[in-house]
Amino acid sequence: MPGVTHVQTTINGEEVNFLCEPRQSLLECLRDVVGMTGTKEGCNDGNCGACTIIFDGRIVDSCLVLGVEAQGKDMTTIEGLATPEGLHPLQQSFLEQAALQCGICTPGFIVAAKALLDAEPDVDEARVRHWLAGNLCRCTGYDKIVRAVLDASQKMK
Amino acid sequence: MVSNPAEANIVLSEVEFDVVGKRPIRPDGVDKVTGRAQYGADINLAGLLHGKVLRSPHAHARIKSIDTSKAEAHPGVRAVVTAKDLPFSSLSKDELGSDYMRLKFASNHVLAGDKVLFKGHPLAAVSANNPHVAEEAINLISVEYELLPPVLDVLDAMKDDAPLLHDDLHTASLGETSEKPSNVAAHLIYETGDTEKGFAAADVVVEREFRTAAVHQGYIEPHNGTAFWNVDGQLSVWTSTQGAFAVRSSVSDVLRLPVSKVKVTPMEIGGGFGGKITAYLDAIAALLSKKSGAPVKLVMSRTDVFEASGPAPATWMKVKVGATKDGKFTAVQANLAFEAGAYPGSPVMQGMLCAFGCYDVANGFLEGYDVVVNKPKTAAYRAPGSPQATFAVESVVDEVADQLGIDPIEIRLLNAAKEGTRRIEGPIANRIGLVECLEAARNHPHYKSSMGSGNRGRGVACGYWMNRSFPSSVSMTVNYDGIVSLIMGSVDIGGTRASIAQQAAETLGIAYEEIKPTVVDTDSIGYTFITGGSRTCFATGWAAIEAAEEVKSLMVARAARIWDTPEDNVEYASGVIQHKSDPELRMTFKELSRQLATTGGAITGSSNVEPTGEGNGYAVHLVDVETDLETGKTSIVRFTAIQDAGKAVHPSYVEGQMQGGAVQGIGWALNEEYFFNDKGQMMNSSFLDYRMPTSLDLPMIDTVIVEVANPGHPYGVRGVGEAAIVPPMAAIANAIKGSAGVRMNSLPMTPGKVLDAISGEGK
Repeated sequence: MPGVTHVQTTINGEEVNFLCEPRQSLLECLRDVVGMTGTKEGCNDGNCGACTIIFDGRIVDSCLVLGVEAQGKDMTTIEGLATPEGLHPLQQSFLEQAALQCGICTPGFIVAAKALLDAEPDVDEARVRHWLAGNLCRCTGYDKIVRAVLDASQKMK
Repeated sequence: MVSNPAEANIVLSEVEFDVVGKRPIRPDGVDKVTGRAQYGADINLAGLLHGKVLRSPHAHARIKSIDTSKAEAHPGVRAVVTAKDLPFSSLSKDELGSDYMRLKFASNHVLAGDKVLFKGHPLAAVSANNPHVAEEAINLISVEYELLPPVLDVLDAMKDDAPLLHDDLHTASLGETSEKPSNVAAHLIYETGDTEKGFAAADVVVEREFRTAAVHQGYIEPHNGTAFWNVDGQLSVWTSTQGAFAVRSSVSDVLRLPVSKVKVTPMEIGGGFGGKITAYLDAIAALLSKKSGAPVKLVMSRTDVFEASGPAPATWMKVKVGATKDGKFTAVQANLAFEAGAYPGSPVMQGMLCAFGCYDVANGFLEGYDVVVNKPKTAAYRAPGSPQATFAVESVVDEVADQLGIDPIEIRLLNAAKEGTRRIEGPIANRIGLVECLEAARNHPHYKSSMGSGNRGRGVACGYWMNRSFPSSVSMTVNYDGIVSLIMGSVDIGGTRASIAQQAAETLGIAYEEIKPTVVDTDSIGYTFITGGSRTCFATGWAAIEAAEEVKSLMVARAARIWDTPEDNVEYASGVIQHKSDPELRMTFKELSRQLATTGGAITGSSNVEPTGEGNGYAVHLVDVETDLETGKTSIVRFTAIQDAGKAVHPSYVEGQMQGGAVQGIGWALNEEYFFNDKGQMMNSSFLDYRMPTSLDLPMIDTVIVEVANPGHPYGVRGVGEAAIVPPMAAIANAIKGSAGVRMNSLPMTPGKVLDAISGEGK
């Protein structure tokens, strides 16, 4: 393979090494190279948020980041939220509030909402709606997603 | 701050249930919130190759030649296919007989034959060891085109001198076929009573023309298809679809294989709304796999999804309603012309059936045209045909009420369809819940509230979808620990596993958690129609109930054998098996399950059903909007969705259907449209430019579930997925009459169109 680069990075607290071409997005590297398919592709041009990850503390659309840019970075993906003891409160709230229908946008929403609640434990509906405006959901009309995030914020206090 | 939408539900059914009506956590939930669930694009197989599809940049052109030699020679490429690789290319018209046109359209839709008919039309495909190499290779394929004038509008397409998409397509009209070829594939009429007399008897007649733009279902997961054609001739397909059996049918059809040579495994599906019934990629992946000798995965880009899957049709409509001064309708009429896209098959007939589905009309005339144009072939989108027709009808009904000074809910109640109402096309309604929904709307705090200050308006509209049945299969095996494995052919698109498991648990008298549902492939269960048509909870639920009944009778038989007593001396009630004459002899479901292994083996109940009695679905929406009169932008201030669910099996997922449908309707009303240039090229094929509602654009969507039990289902269930998208466009248009003082006759009601209407230019 021409021009393959070795990337050393941290995903969900574990050191991960992979090889990638300069043209491969981080999303593609996560899904097809590392084999972590929890991060979803909905548009591949930064407009749907299904591929949201936390990248050095900021939420990004991983389709807009190149794989080589992950060198030395610290990432959290949907696979990093649950522990052997159980689900993250956001994951639990999404289940209890029926905040998913098809579920394809769910990993992106949960990761984006985690970044919000980590930074701002006290949120209201308007703040949640503003924060999640970069994530598209076509099934729910967002009502139950917003409720789930508010519910999780209460549980996490 | 955040109200609980469940509190306002109106339960009119008398029956109490143990599991049905509760809100348990869905069985597939943990996998979906942790990223473990395997959707179509997540599949990885040993030796998997990646494919890309070459698509037409032109909306209408003859293909003079395709040269794939450079692509074939490109390093890393494993196979290249074109329409020549489809069996249709080597079958003669004589061989195919009456099946010729159908197979031609089906095959050419998969890979273009002699012409490309829309921008995005697949021409060729490549498999390679990685997707980037495949993409490089498709750019090396050279195609020579002879450009033809594109036909881009439904009314232009119907003109006598319009360029023809298909020189062998003739109009089917009332049992006759036209001699001249035409872009009009079908002309349909339904009629009841005497509309001429009816309109003559009216005090008020309102007649208006409407236009709606093509819109997309907008599911977040792009289409995908992975196939492996083994050397023994067995073809396996893994795909995101609303119906594994539908994919099996279409793949086996265009590849001319017996259905049993094709096994389709439905992966988790990331939204469909009707758009994931057509198999766009699966047959191409199969052809590539056959040539490559390895499994091949194809995934659409978002642009491909917009340009080459199936949007809902753009339409032209004319609606006329006559009423007495008291508001009683004397006659109604709707003329509908729907763009089918490149091949026949728009939902114009459903639009006709739904147009006046909310009303009891003695005199009605419905006419529909199915018209091909150089745009992607349309597909189903949630209550296909009804949202467009209802936008027109409910706008005119509102104007009639306006002119007569009658409250918009009152005029709808006065004319509402109810049990015994005969629809224009013939069928007579069973027990339906439209009146109850309208009364719930009239009594709702929203309808009684003040709208607040600003340029605000309130709109109301109702909507109808007939709901469907079709075949479903379910099989249930009792494990030795008392847990029941339930397998079904219905894919789970938004809580199906939960709602089917609830109905099974209710029937067996055991806990919801004791049913373990799994969606299986086409080799593992009997034929099951798609998850769509608002049929699944109804029909697959029915299959689960019947399979559970069989389990019950087999459990009784087993207990009788253990107790050495006749079967009719054993009864089954609430999950307990009881010896009738000896009260000491009783076993719980779990206790008997433990003994199955040693008393004759496992117990399996199965059922294949096609129930009749799907109850019609009705929804009523209330909306408050605010319009900025300087920019023309309309915002949703408050929204209440009311709908008859018969019996809400899992109320949270019923609310979810209502909210999701309402918000898709809000997008359809205000933002969403396919925008084409004069060459027929879609200019907004991304989520940036095709603007779907975000969380920031919306308030909470309040819901009221009305439960008027459907007498055609054991638990009173009626489908809920589709009626929810029908009312919003008209409700919002009617609200804009209040907020901006104008009646809108074209979707979407963008700021520009609203401003034009205010200034009189839009008239």
